[in-house]
Amino acid sequence: MANSLYGPLDPAPDAGYVDAPPRMGFFTDTSVCIGCKACEVACKEWNAVPDDGFDLLGQSYDNTGGLSANTWRHVAFIEQPAPSETVFLGMPGADKPDFRWLMMSNVCKHCTHAGCLDVCPTGALFRTEFGTVVVQEDVCNGCGYCVAACPYGVIDRREGDGRAWKCTMCYDRMGDGLTPACAQACPTESIQYGELDLLRETAAERVEKLHAEGVGSARLYGHDERDGVGGDGAFFLLLDEPEVYGLPPDPVVTTKDLPDMWKRAGIAALTMAASVAVAFLGRRR
Amino acid sequence: MAEAHPVGFQWVVEAKNRGAKVIHVDPRFTRTSALAHTYVPVRAGADIAFLGGVVNYILANEKDFREYVLAYTNASTIVSEDFRDTEDLDGLFSGYDPETNTYSSDSWAYEGMDQHHEPHPETAEPMRHESHGAPVPKDAPKDPTLQHPRCVYQILKRHYARYTPEVVERLCGVPKERFLEVCEAWTANSGRERTTALVYSVGWTQHSVGVQYIRTGAIIQLLLGNMGRPGGGVLALRGHASIQGSTDIPTLFNLLPGYLPMPHHEKHETYRQWIDAIRHPGQKGFWSNAESYAVSLLKAYFGDAATEENDWGFDWLPRLTGDHGTYRQALDMIDGKIKGYFLLGQNPAVGSAHGRAQRLGMANLDWLVVRDLYLIESATFWKGGPEAATGEIVPERCRTEVFFLPAASHAEKEGTFTQTQRMLQWREKAVDPPGDARSDLWFFYHLGKRIRERLADSTLPRDQGIKNLTWEYGEDEPDAEAVLQEINGYDLATGKPLSAFTEMRPDGTTSGGCWIYTGVFQDGVNQAARRKPGREQSWVAPEWGWAWPANRRTLYNRASADPEGNPWSERKRYVWWDAAKGEWTGEDVPDFEKTKPPSYRPADDATGVAAIAGDDAFIMQGDGKGWLFVPSGLIDGPMPTHYEPAESPIRNPLYGQQANPTRTVYDREDNPTNPSPPERHSEVFPYVFSTSRLTEHHTAGGMSRQLAYLSELQPEMFVEVSPALAAERGLTHLGWAHIVTARAAIEAKVLITDRLVPLRIEGRTIHQLWLPYHWGSEGLVTGDSANDLVGITLDPNVLIQESKVGTCDIQPGRRPIGKALLAYVEEYRRRAGLVPGHHPPIVTSEDADG
Repeated sequence: MANSLYGPLDPAPDAGYVDAPPRMGFFTDTSVCIGCKACEVACKEWNAVPDDGFDLLGQSYDNTGGLSANTWRHVAFIEQPAPSETVFLGMPGADKPDFRWLMMSNVCKHCTHAGCLDVCPTGALFRTEFGTVVVQEDVCNGCGYCVAACPYGVIDRREGDGRAWKCTMCYDRMGDGLTPACAQACPTESIQYGELDLLRETAAERVEKLHAEGVGSARLYGHDERDGVGGDGAFFLLLDEPEVYGLPPDPVVTTKDLPDMWKRAGIAALTMAASVAVAFLGRRR
Repeated sequence: MAEAHPVGFQWVVEAKNRGAKVIHVDPRFTRTSALAHTYVPVRAGADIAFLGGVVNYILANEKDFREYVLAYTNASTIVSEDFRDTEDLDGLFSGYDPETNTYSSDSWAYEGMDQHHEPHPETAEPMRHESHGAPVPKDAPKDPTLQHPRCVYQILKRHYARYTPEVVERLCGVPKERFLEVCEAWTANSGRERTTALVYSVGWTQHSVGVQYIRTGAIIQLLLGNMGRPGGGVLALRGHASIQGSTDIPTLFNLLPGYLPMPHHEKHETYRQWIDAIRHPGQKGFWSNAESYAVSLLKAYFGDAATEENDWGFDWLPRLTGDHGTYRQALDMIDGKIKGYFLLGQNPAVGSAHGRAQRLGMANLDWLVVRDLYLIESATFWKGGPEAATGEIVPERCRTEVFFLPAASHAEKEGTFTQTQRMLQWREKAVDPPGDARSDLWFFYHLGKRIRERLADSTLPRDQGIKNLTWEYGEDEPDAEAVLQEINGYDLATGKPLSAFTEMRPDGTTSGGCWIYTGVFQDGVNQAARRKPGREQSWVAPEWGWAWPANRRTLYNRASADPEGNPWSERKRYVWWDAAKGEWTGEDVPDFEKTKPPSYRPADDATGVAAIAGDDAFIMQGDGKGWLFVPSGLIDGPMPTHYEPAESPIRNPLYGQQANPTRTVYDREDNPTNPSPPERHSEVFPYVFSTSRLTEHHTAGGMSRQLAYLSELQPEMFVEVSPALAAERGLTHLGWAHIVTARAAIEAKVLITDRLVPLRIEGRTIHQLWLPYHWGSEGLVTGDSANDLVGITLDPNVLIQESKVGTCDIQPGRRPIGKALLAYVEEYRRRAGLVPGHHPPIVTSEDADG
């Protein structure tokens, strides 16, 4: 049963926009990602995001670690001895597994039902007319509720600054008809930007094509409006289980059960009140 | 390619999406391998054996594109009966002189060829010939049945017969099945209906046999009929933006613009000797018009001062006296022979082989001018480099006066970039450079002006050249478009820009700074500035930028049609003969005289362009054919042969001759070479190392390690090792290790990865390790330099360093510092037998006198 907190929904009209433009989104096709990190750099340059420190993490070629207040596009690298689609070619006398190196540019999902947005007490986080989720840094009071509410671990507070920061899907470029910086920079069109409906169609065709070519492990993630967040505004094509990429397999918006919780709280309160009433009214004195 | 050319790699991804199969051959699994269909691990330095195996597969199974091979290559040409192959002479070709470590190529000649050669070429001699093709007769005897035992086809077959799949497995570490998979895919995708492209970069060129690597690839592509055809060819990815331009308008010591050779003081005493050395009277080909290109260049340089009477100013050109290569220069600096140095946009302290030699050399200069965007290591080596830390250079006493001049970046100046596919793209200036930063054009123009002012009253002969240069480009920032127009060239009588190099004359009536660039300003329009989107023009997209020569996008495209001038197939039609119109036409500018029919056969006494027959597709070669066998022009042999790298743990299993017998070696105490079999003590440096790039950084790091957004992506120098090697040496992931060669010891963090695998070579396990070469002592992130490990051993043809493969040791923990570091490396040298008086053997074959 769909309501404003859960289930299939078009978020911009639901948020109150009249004649909202088509919902915009990202389709990140990891099957053509070359791990160049142009997306990380382009994002930081456009949005003047501070660097994240010079730390060799040694997570393959990932020295960024993950999405944070200072990283709004993050490229993950997974080195994977895995059975390939073709014949396994062993080599006599030495250990040489067939090898796969998965690469993915991760980003804020701009969920249909965005936990961060739902819990923000100041209204700093808001839904744009394009269906994306943006945090206004001049309103944010740094309470951090949004950090706990995100099922993907995207949004975070910036050290030394205190406020919450995350991907805006380049709202300031969108409004002028431009492409977000990461999609603009991506050389292989791994990051595609456009109307979400059309992207979902493209993505479905892409998966079919890959399956026909023998890449049976290709699947979409975050494309389904019936999932726990109502589908993502930024969804992906993956070549393995989401957990392999560090993504939650079944993300659910934390506010999904709010109506239920309020109902139960309401029932509990009434029951309490009723019990108190009975306790007083039933007194003999 | 994905690592170093991520933007260009989008086209590989696009091709893949359209059904192309991508095969990646590399010593380690990279971001390119991640997107390839097939990854083939190969031992660094063994590629000629791998490719030789492919040649053998093609010839043994008769998979060559026979009509193409017969028509367009020298397969049927018969070679001199004096020729002896490496098969006969235990790894040497005939004509080797162990005294000079060079070959006389007389015995490699075509049958009946008249040799004009001096017997013992010095290094880089082929660079003087570049693509001309050294002298060959236009009509050597041929056997079109390819049966004559001395025809090139049969010689090739015998030469590569020993490069079997089993040999490839034992020598390269490539499993037989995977090797055959590559052979089958490559041959199945070549021929009339399909073409295969071969893409390589500096992982192939930076070897002591680098030129022969490329040659083997070219042989395969000629045998399979892929040259000059759409979707085929050999694509040489280069290592820097516009480095193609820096050989076209050269920064190489031995070339003038357009690959004209720099005159040599002995061989080209007179203007006429110089011209004839380029045009080889009696030969076929477009180099026969060399005098037109040369005179036009001299007119561009000297204007009215260049006249027929003074040989167009030929005597004002500098002269070569020998090897003036960059490594010779560095060693000459150490020896005190060079006093001053201009360093522009280059960082040899980090980016060149044998970093220590580079820095000690620069420390011995009187003055050094560095122009760059930042204070790079080559400007600060005297106080911040490794030798300052060991005490070899004392900052207060270093004699070098360093002048640092800030340079404009590419967005702060206008001009062209010439990239790998010979395309010139004009770039506009976006912003003014900050403060005192200036473009290189401004710098050289004003430097020249001031020098000319100083020399105004000089009567010395050596100053007349500078005084006679045409040198008027305005008051402040020179007009880059005016320079490009000068490069394009003018008809001096009318003042109009030339449209094509065929308009150049040897009589002083035309000028042109680079004949291959003529046409870039055709009709007075900056063709390099064109940016018509691909979707608005044909698939060849000739209206984006401008490619030399003549905006021709695929060279030698005559070969895309059969000898009668018809496309080999409808699917692969590219350029063809239109009999009705009597001209060549097609998708691209034909690489052939427009109206010369396929049926044209030259008269017996014809030379030059008139001697090019209607089926001579390779119009720059002396015999008009693609060369499977190179009768002259290369220092190290007419056919590629597997030699081990100069430093290798493996004894060459194919021949007694271990490594390239003509390789350029600077045998001196400060340039030791790790011992290789048959020398003793090679086990002191038991591992093979290779160096290359990361996407996140750029070359020596001057343009990336100064930027926070790039530095954070790859913040530390690291070394990649396999889990097995880590276990063998006790290395831990993200722990420290140090790597040692005879030159230096450097430290790096350890990255243990399955992307490196131990290889089984000749019955032994060989470990390879890998280093990025981007780090140095300046920047937001600093670290030791990989190139400090590499010694100076060069390919003799082009003087490129062997920096892609060497041997080393690796040990856990950090390296020593200060004087202890010098002692540590010295101890390794002692154990390896590299003591004073030791000389690395060059000839290890039994047949050195053959």
